[in-house]
Amino acid sequence: MTNVSLITKGIIKENPVFVLLLGMCPTLAVTGSGINGFAMGAATMFVLILSNIVISGIKSTIPSKVRIPAYIVVIATFVTIVQLLMEAYTPSLHKQLGLFIPLIVVNCLILGRAEAFASKNNMFHSFLDGLGMGLGFTFGLTILGLVRELLGAGTLFGINITGMQHPKMMLVFILPPGAFIVLAYLVSLNRMVQKNK
Amino acid sequence: MAKQAASSLRNMILSLFIITTISGASLSYIYKITAKGIEQSRQQKKIEAITQVLPPFTNNPLKEMYKMPLFENDSLEVYPARKNDTLIGIAIASKTNSGFAGEIKIMVGFLPSGVIYKTKVIEHHETPGLGDKMEQPEFYKQFEQFNFHEKINTVKKNGGDIDAITAATISSRAYCNALQNAYSIFQKINQQWSADSQTGATK
Repeated sequence: MTNVSLITKGIIKENPVFVLLLGMCPTLAVTGSGINGFAMGAATMFVLILSNIVISGIKSTIPSKVRIPAYIVVIATFVTIVQLLMEAYTPSLHKQLGLFIPLIVVNCLILGRAEAFASKNNMFHSFLDGLGMGLGFTFGLTILGLVRELLGAGTLFGINITGMQHPKMMLVFILPPGAFIVLAYLVSLNRMVQKNK
Repeated sequence: MAKQAASSLRNMILSLFIITTISGASLSYIYKITAKGIEQSRQQKKIEAITQVLPPFTNNPLKEMYKMPLFENDSLEVYPARKNDTLIGIAIASKTNSGFAGEIKIMVGFLPSGVIYKTKVIEHHETPGLGDKMEQPEFYKQFEQFNFHEKINTVKKNGGDIDAITAATISSRAYCNALQNAYSIFQKINQQWSADSQTGATK
């Protein structure tokens, strides 16, 4: 497998949101707007890349019976770092996402990649895998957030594109049920495109 | 590929010990460098809210903050605002649990006369698209220059003077409730003031 394909498989062929369906909790919970989806994706990507690198680096020194707790400690450390940095430097974003950041620890995408990839490959390849998966996750969350924001509030990244003062849109898309509906349509759309290739 | 370390008890304890030690040390370092920024952004948020609910002031209300008991085991934060040593108003960080989901926190600015200058939502978890309209001017403008002696602080459904948000009466009621909490604190402060001025007069 080439280095490039390691990155691209995370974005398209094995997209964590649309194909692997990993990490659904943040996917559904925070994508009420495009910017929230993007920020959550970026935070997850940061944790994913760093934890992949570190876990790949220490994989041979960890006895296999305690590997899961060891991975979780590594992941939790990076998540806490993200949370502290976010609260200190981007308080408004922290206000929106603060509740969901600690949940990155139990995001099965990150532990899944640690177990399935980083614990079997070298550090560079693990970095590429983390980057690809992280980009794919960010891409998926941003698209989901944008669709919900457009249908639910009539804006894109907070910019009103309908031209109405208070656009009367389909509120349900901002609410939790809308997340399931949009996700289902995006997954099936993705399937359709991939099949026709 | 390097040989996997054996799962002996010694190895397991040692590896977990080393990992947690390193993680703890790095976290305490990050905490140290971000603590100041976090504290600053929290203060910043409060001072912004106070600035928005009161006329311009020159002191730092955060430094003069004191707490007033509301119910048993609960108290609200009071921020006096002065302009050149004259009290021009007090901001009260009020809250209520009667919202639709979780606590609603609002900042209420009182003029010394007891009239509300402005109000602002600090934190809420109301339904997006319905209850969160309390953050829009159509709703909170009603409370500007609100005088408790002239108007009744409940929604019209309950015989008050407040236009509730469509489909979010509970959230609107909760807002009035938080406002009422702030006002009861203000009345307590007011009583202290008049008591102080009386003792001052007898001197």
